[in-house]
Amino acid sequence: MRDAFALALNQASKDHDNIFFVVADISPASSLQGFLADNPDRFLDVGVSEQSLVGISAGLAMKGFRVFAYTIANFVIYRPFEQVRVDLCYQQLPVVLVGVGGGVSYPALGGTHHTIEDIAIMSALPNMTVVSPCDPAEVMAAVVQSFKLEGPMYLRLGKAGEPNFTADAPENFELGKIRKLRNGHGIAIVGYGPIMKMAFDLVSSETLRGKEVAIFSAHTLKPFDDEGMAQILSTFSRVVLLEEHVYSGGLSSHAVRLAWETGVKTDLRLVHLRDEFIHVYGSKEDILAAHGITPERLIQEVFE
Amino acid sequence: MANQISMDELLASQQRGRGYRRRILEVSQRLSALHVAPAFSCLELVDSIYHFCMEDPRAGKDVFILSKGHGAMAQYVVLESLGLMSSAQVLSVCQPGSSIGGHPDRGNPGVVASTGSLGHGLPIALGLAKGSNELKENSQVFLVMSDGEFMEGSVWESLMLAPSLGLNNLVIFVDHNKSISRGKIPVMHPNFLPLSEKIQAFGWETIDVDGHDTSAIVNAFRNRCGGKPLAIVGHTVKGRGVSYMENNPIWAYRSPNPEEYAIAIAELRDPEEANA
Repeated sequence: MRDAFALALNQASKDHDNIFFVVADISPASSLQGFLADNPDRFLDVGVSEQSLVGISAGLAMKGFRVFAYTIANFVIYRPFEQVRVDLCYQQLPVVLVGVGGGVSYPALGGTHHTIEDIAIMSALPNMTVVSPCDPAEVMAAVVQSFKLEGPMYLRLGKAGEPNFTADAPENFELGKIRKLRNGHGIAIVGYGPIMKMAFDLVSSETLRGKEVAIFSAHTLKPFDDEGMAQILSTFSRVVLLEEHVYSGGLSSHAVRLAWETGVKTDLRLVHLRDEFIHVYGSKEDILAAHGITPERLIQEVFE
Repeated sequence: MANQISMDELLASQQRGRGYRRRILEVSQRLSALHVAPAFSCLELVDSIYHFCMEDPRAGKDVFILSKGHGAMAQYVVLESLGLMSSAQVLSVCQPGSSIGGHPDRGNPGVVASTGSLGHGLPIALGLAKGSNELKENSQVFLVMSDGEFMEGSVWESLMLAPSLGLNNLVIFVDHNKSISRGKIPVMHPNFLPLSEKIQAFGWETIDVDGHDTSAIVNAFRNRCGGKPLAIVGHTVKGRGVSYMENNPIWAYRSPNPEEYAIAIAELRDPEEANA
């Protein structure tokens, strides 16, 4: 996803001459070399200073630049929260906060480096757009479409090496719209972010038992596609929500709200992180398992 | 010293200073509470920036941010004196239907950034100065900060960064009134002082001046060494200009009653008027 972001920025710089890329003591993916070579003056490293990262980005945006402020997800939103709120959201400035390693992408680094409630916090802010692509191809589309926004965006990325699985999706990526990634009947999995790999693993395995499970990417958490979600709830008899985030303020809470508002009787299954700081290390799968999210659990929620 | 302001310019600025204070007091009579004293301590700094340091403030090439947003009245009355903010607007401050309030809000005339939460103005100013350099605008960014604001960590992040980025078009004016909400800085936080040496240690050119002496403020700006971002530390008095307000913390956020108002207005009369 990091590489896809860098490639997208390279590409975007050919269409937009006002891009500024600002980091806080983090090396961007090597695929950014093209952008850096062509635009050496449009790269700024502010050091270990996240409040300045966001404030400076606001000042650059006031000068008409499209700014991408980039660091590890927890540092780009939690540390400078008031700068995000006042400098970017209150003043409605087009800065994309690029959060690398969102969710529990850093399984060996502990809870300080996990973002398990970031979607909720960013979604609570007026004027903020919140996007969590599920694969590198969606990252590239999100970067391209970010240029039409007049306010800030939080772009939650995974790390590196995630597979693409949306190449054959029946629908294109459109900011603000839930996207159908796979056709199906009766059962739908709706989620966002790299954890969607778990859904694609499931449907490509033998556990499918002849069932046609639909998959949707709810990549834009704010503004949330109420209409698209309501449509899914009324179309499918079972809907499994899959997210690398706590219940509160995430996709699950949107779905439950809409189920109440529309009165549908869908069998809703919620798969999300626990509202806990978990002191566990290992692989990402180990961290997710500690939160109760495993392939077996997903199979159970989808079929049983 | 070269480039000194003339005696006429000085007298005119002093007259403006009394007029600003009378105007702010007039507005205060329409409200139960207003940040009067914090505005009084930075009036000469704000006036000096707009009248002597900025290149044609009406053109909007140079940028001003009042990072100590609670001094908003100081910016409003200076903007009014330049015809950049209407009198009706200034009189309507904090009233229902008004677009201007107790802190500067982006989008209003002359207001580039929304401030009010301390420690936000300097990082934004760095971005503006950097962006301006990148666009080769040859413009300057002026900032008025409170001294209490320097207790925010974000300020020191950006202080450290500005010289590294070569932002010599960035000038901060510190309203060093040595007061915070609960009392006097030298008493409550003695290690905070001295301030300008700390700023200098972060790579800035610093000049200490009497923050109510327009000629000292302007001469410091005009005769800077250059080659670094500049911090003019103005030693000021909170509530300056009204005897009973000076250095009295209760006036940080309060409007005078009618009797107090009359006393203040009398103290702020222009000399020719006082002699009449």
